[in-house]
Amino acid sequence: MPKLDIVGVSKAYGNIVALDDVTLHVRDREYVCILGPSGCGKSTLIKCVAGIEKPDHGQILIDDESVRDMAVEDRWIGYVFQEIALFPHLSVRDNLSYGLAVRRASGDRITTVANEMLDLIEMRDRAKSYPKELSGGAQQKVAVARAIATGSHLFLLDEPLGALDALVRAELRYDLKRLAVDLGLTVIHVTHDQEEALSIADRIVIMKRGRIVEVGKPSEIYLLPKRLFTENFVGETNLLEGRIVETGHASCLVQLNSHKIELKGRGRSITERVIVSVRPESIVLASRSGERNDRWEGLIKQAAFLGSITRYVVQVEGEPDLIVHVPSTGQIGGFRVGDRVDLLLDNSEHMLLFDYPKAGLNDETALG
Amino acid sequence: MPSVDFVNVTKRFDGVLAVDRATFDVESGEYVCVLGPTGSGKTTLLRLIAGLLKPDDGIILFDGRPVNAVEAHNRNAVYVPQQYALFPHLTVLQNVAFGPLARGKSEDEALEIARQTLEMVRLSGRAQALPSELSGGMQQRVALARGLASGSSLLLLDEPLGALDARLRLELRHRLRELVKQSGITAIHVTHDRDEAMSVADRIMVLRDGRILDYNQPIRVYTRPTGIFVANLIGGASFLEGIVEKVAPDSIVVRIRGGLLIKAPAEPLAIDERVILGIRKERVQISPSKLQAENVLEGQVRESRFLGSTREYVIRLTNGDTILSRRFLESENPAFAPQQRISVSFEQSDVMIFTYPPHGLRNELAMI
Repeated sequence: MPKLDIVGVSKAYGNIVALDDVTLHVRDREYVCILGPSGCGKSTLIKCVAGIEKPDHGQILIDDESVRDMAVEDRWIGYVFQEIALFPHLSVRDNLSYGLAVRRASGDRITTVANEMLDLIEMRDRAKSYPKELSGGAQQKVAVARAIATGSHLFLLDEPLGALDALVRAELRYDLKRLAVDLGLTVIHVTHDQEEALSIADRIVIMKRGRIVEVGKPSEIYLLPKRLFTENFVGETNLLEGRIVETGHASCLVQLNSHKIELKGRGRSITERVIVSVRPESIVLASRSGERNDRWEGLIKQAAFLGSITRYVVQVEGEPDLIVHVPSTGQIGGFRVGDRVDLLLDNSEHMLLFDYPKAGLNDETALG
Repeated sequence: MPSVDFVNVTKRFDGVLAVDRATFDVESGEYVCVLGPTGSGKTTLLRLIAGLLKPDDGIILFDGRPVNAVEAHNRNAVYVPQQYALFPHLTVLQNVAFGPLARGKSEDEALEIARQTLEMVRLSGRAQALPSELSGGMQQRVALARGLASGSSLLLLDEPLGALDARLRLELRHRLRELVKQSGITAIHVTHDRDEAMSVADRIMVLRDGRILDYNQPIRVYTRPTGIFVANLIGGASFLEGIVEKVAPDSIVVRIRGGLLIKAPAEPLAIDERVILGIRKERVQISPSKLQAENVLEGQVRESRFLGSTREYVIRLTNGDTILSRRFLESENPAFAPQQRISVSFEQSDVMIFTYPPHGLRNELAMI
């Protein structure tokens, strides 16, 4: 039933700041994903929790008890990382038994727990196999089960699926989540894969340059992020620069380079510089009609069939090229490169307005 | 710009077939992705083209001329391996300028090419750094830039974006295709990421156990895959076992578990033949009410997965089979809750039909 509190933790390597005043509270039985580009400090953070690194400042508490003077093995933490680290000369069963054997559990107890673990990961029939006889995905399942077998309830997973093929990875993440829920584990799972985080996390922590950018439920992070960095980092989007030219009761009018666009948003002032974010899936494409003047005119520059969607790059006079995702119809068809189209951006529910970032757009959206 | 042909090419390692009688062509200027799970022979295929491995049997041709006897350095092909080796004592800029210099460009020209290529991989800011000062992902981008700048007319890329964060990978793959297309070179790109393959390739080659299972345009491989393994690898689907009940000129009726009937497109199959039906997630519609129509099945929502721009439902059908439905996101809250009883439906034309595989369905879905 562990809960975890990270309070004001900082860590530097020489003059490189890896963690800068990080505070995070993880509830008992919560599944938290830490998401950020490489070098953002996410791995350093969980290494501090595990005790592999020592913070320069700040406190880490497990169930309200400071871990500062606690040795790694006394923190009772399960730790699984990207590089699969099973004992190659031990069978699956012996790998699973290892932790308990080291802790001098009785033979009966070891057998019982190993059987439970084999059932948990549905690998009874592979008990006698050696790691090299298993696929990467199966090996990583054993690594997770081995960590669970030690009786830990707080788990730190550092890119646990990173070394696996895409399809295996997508399947295994749901297995991980199911295990965590069924066994009542508290999990911190570090990843750079947006979809992985969105699909299994109770809450997502977005990190950049050693700091927490924001924390929220997956739907908040994707649909209503507070920060522009998050909006751009979690899924593709189109970012358009503009200025407020009119403000209404709960909406405002933004002048972009050559188009105007109406958006929800209050408390804005005239001439304020803003960024409008439009998700590729919220733009509708239609054949050029020439009738309605609220449509934007565009030219298809690229078209790529991606399966469930087709991805278009559309050139629009005066604006940056727009990425548009259109659900595929299942048949060959759709628009072709060179087609003239109308773009409908009247779905203002799915457009977000952000303050123009103080350090500039490139700095805000930089992936590192 | 060369075209590449393989005629019955076989390569064994210690008697194990790594590439098994491969016959295919790559057109001049074409962008081909080789897709397959770990161990399917992708890298071996690439190294055969590069000349780093010699085939045991068969002929490899560039522009119609056999190159079996031509050494790697005389093939005018550049191979960017997964384990890239940068010159440790040269700066990033010098590493990238090395190729152009070696083929006789002036120093100014070579540096200009290097700068432009570094801009493409988003590393302009690190031009003066040494490789050891960069992260793994950055080093991989330098290796990619060095390959792109080399001036070779055949680019062989082994997981060129594999070490990068998901978000950066998404951005760079589109730039990579653009650059290859602009310069007119022929590119062969190995990946295990099907989204990446769909995004960049003119044609996708699917490999399994050293054999080519499919080789076609992305839309063709996705909508008309040659088998279950390909269908699953290239986008996932729900697979249902059944027996052919009725054969008509324009359709086939298949009886699945529980006696449910599904109408599929016409195929040359016989009554009582065992088959597998495949239905893509995004083709499965969900309705809250009972419907009386063709290809409507009743079930219960088991799980709802938020994936950002889409939401996936796991549905248990009344016959015990599972079917997945991917819906484009309309709002934050799921339209259907777990335990809710619903109907699913799909068009006859959306049903893919395969003969029952000799080693069973599970074997076809295993990714190793």
